Amino acid sequence: MLSRTADSLFWLGRYTERAANVARGLSVASRMAGLTAELNHEGDEWRALLVAAGCEPGFFQKHQEITEEAVIDFLVRDPDNPSGIIPCFAAARHNARTVRTALTVDMWSAMSDSWNHLRRIGPADFQGEKLPGFLEWVRERVLLFNGAAMDTMLRGEAWLFVQLGTALERADNTARLLDVKHEVLESEAETTVAHGQWQAVLQSFSALRAYHWVFRDRITPARIAELMILRPELPRSLIASYNRVCEVLELIAAEQDGRRGEPHRLAEELRTQLRTGRIEDIMEAGLHEYLTAMIINTAELGEAVQAFYIRA
Amino acid sequence: MTSQAFDEMGKGASLHPAYAAIADWLRETPAADLAAKRAEAEVLFRRVGITFAVYGEGGDPERLIPFDIIPRILARAEWQTLSAGLTQRVRALNAFLADIYGKQEIIRAGRIPAHLIEGNEQFRPEMQGFLPPGGIYTHIAGIDLVRTGPDQFYVLEDNARTPSGVSYMLENREAMLRLFPRLMARHRIAPVNRYPEDLLATLKAAAPERAGPDPTVVILTPGSFNSAYYEHCFLADEMGVEVLEGPDLFVEDDIVYMRTTAGAKRVDVIYRRIDDDYLDPKAFRPDSMLGVPGLIAAYRAGNVALCNAPGCGIADDKAIYPYVPAMIRFYLGEEPRLANVPTLLCEREEDRREVLANLDKLVVKLAQGSGGYGMLIGPHATQAERDDFAARIRAKPQDYIAQPTLALSTVPTLVEQGIAPRHVDLRPFVLSTKDAVRIVPGGLTRVALREGSLVVNSSQGGGTKDTWVLEADPIPSTAHGGAAAC
Repeated sequence: MLSRTADSLFWLGRYTERAANVARGLSVASRMAGLTAELNHEGDEWRALLVAAGCEPGFFQKHQEITEEAVIDFLVRDPDNPSGIIPCFAAARHNARTVRTALTVDMWSAMSDSWNHLRRIGPADFQGEKLPGFLEWVRERVLLFNGAAMDTMLRGEAWLFVQLGTALERADNTARLLDVKHEVLESEAETTVAHGQWQAVLQSFSALRAYHWVFRDRITPARIAELMILRPELPRSLIASYNRVCEVLELIAAEQDGRRGEPHRLAEELRTQLRTGRIEDIMEAGLHEYLTAMIINTAELGEAVQAFYIRA
Repeated sequence: MTSQAFDEMGKGASLHPAYAAIADWLRETPAADLAAKRAEAEVLFRRVGITFAVYGEGGDPERLIPFDIIPRILARAEWQTLSAGLTQRVRALNAFLADIYGKQEIIRAGRIPAHLIEGNEQFRPEMQGFLPPGGIYTHIAGIDLVRTGPDQFYVLEDNARTPSGVSYMLENREAMLRLFPRLMARHRIAPVNRYPEDLLATLKAAAPERAGPDPTVVILTPGSFNSAYYEHCFLADEMGVEVLEGPDLFVEDDIVYMRTTAGAKRVDVIYRRIDDDYLDPKAFRPDSMLGVPGLIAAYRAGNVALCNAPGCGIADDKAIYPYVPAMIRFYLGEEPRLANVPTLLCEREEDRREVLANLDKLVVKLAQGSGGYGMLIGPHATQAERDDFAARIRAKPQDYIAQPTLALSTVPTLVEQGIAPRHVDLRPFVLSTKDAVRIVPGGLTRVALREGSLVVNSSQGGGTKDTWVLEADPIPSTAHGGAAAC
């Protein structure tokens, strides 16, 4: 496969996943602001979301202060924010167009319809009380696209590079969303506010009910961290994402007569670390430090993939 | 009726401060927008699949209980009063159950006539002399409250067996968060979404001691034809426990097991949503297909907990209800914080005479009925209906009780003609363990959607509202103003 094609498919997977993750983050922040157990801290939710999306510096280049409306605009529409929902769709669609023939008709239709809707909408369609409906729509469109890929795409290298992008983006997002809440998760004080925050963390991973099925017990911060970092049965956990990354890298190697390199080594190293990790050790050494290392390692792995397959 | 009823929101100078932001919102929002939101709410409820199954009456068997988008609000102080009263009442009900299946001291003290217990279908002699773990019988109670004035709350009835409706309380809040994030941000609303966790903790606390710190909890449902089936599945999902039907369980050597792909698995706590009669064909109704043969023997052997305990019906029986204030005084040595509705027992001769002479003013109910069936609302009934009830009361006086027609409070509700006052009640859910009583702030508000109607039951055309307990007064929209955008 052409490196350029692989590159486009990889980023198609990443941007699509990112759009859905930003939508998840926004819906939880909006929900928390709506619950307002602590009204004075309303801005904290929005700031945390900017930090999680890695958008805080970009935001302050354009805005003086954090307001709900400004954050939503920045994370949904602002063309200067490459991690915004609409710019993500634009980038995903751009990548899809450059590899039009590698996509199936169903994938292409899902992407086109989403884009044709998004290009016509304005703030009135996603601000205020329209926000929850808009975010739900975004998630549904990404689910549709992923489902179309899953159901119709030939299981060749093209498929594998989309999957690699999705899995890496998901690992990055999970580490970031958790990291932004590390303070909440490192305190065991069970106030109503803290409890609401813990629920919100789980909701942002669509994992609230999964938590109850796995633990059948009260929500505690250490268990949330365990679920999101070390539990392979949760599809959005770090270990599940890394299992997928390793699996896909192996399949790509098999397509290429066993050609392996730094991405394989690094992914395997990170996975081993996750497999053998113990939540008590992670919490004791510091959740923030652990997650920061994960975010840096994941970015390195992304670089290694680019260097090995795209720029080589 | 409506004209003299107490309106909980009020208006002008009498506007309740807790409703200030709602009043602004209702004034500022065009009728078409409210109608659009109502339609959106219906789509949401359809999607979630939260339906109330009504079979055998024709029409769509999977009905939506109408959801009204205008919330019902209680100020923090109002809720604290109610909460204290509910805690007291449920503690007394549990003490009563432990006594009535034990030494029956309340009868010996002459506070409740013996024949009301012995002759009562809800009394389960099979349960005598058996104390459930922790001494709790009604772990989950739903207490129906009505209001007639700013400080006048009454307990209309106690539901100590298998009260339902809590899934509506939780889904109504989810729907409001989805539909009106802005409006909710102007209020400090006490969260309700801890309920499933509290319920699981309550159920675990009821487990037999040998089950250890992590007992296996399940929900037992009569099946998908039951009107509350959605709720059984919803709670199972929220707690991460299995929802089972009778045939999924079996009993061997007085131990209860569920059938799983990995073989038989021992069960420690059963949150059963099946009536006593159908629990175990060996103990109660032999024709029950829903139950588990041998379950009661396993229960009595102390190998499994049933929540609520069999026999709780004696505590919420309408003939016993008039004696709840006496129970509170007898067991707790306290004065009741929540009032009963004055109740006439038709089996007492002087009460009966008063009932028959005042049928046009009273509400007559079956002592053992539920769900608003078999009920006469005197002022709204025809002479023929009243004559019919008079004959029935004379034939079987012990089956009937009567209460004055209360002017139930109203809350603004979105109906076809616009916004109009409609009568409401409130069902808070009270969870009890031997150490604590927990109540999620609020409960389920049911609303009688037909003008003037006092019947809020969902089987009789009632709807529901989200119930907000405010932790502080709302932020008025004027103060929010341009900042509403931020």
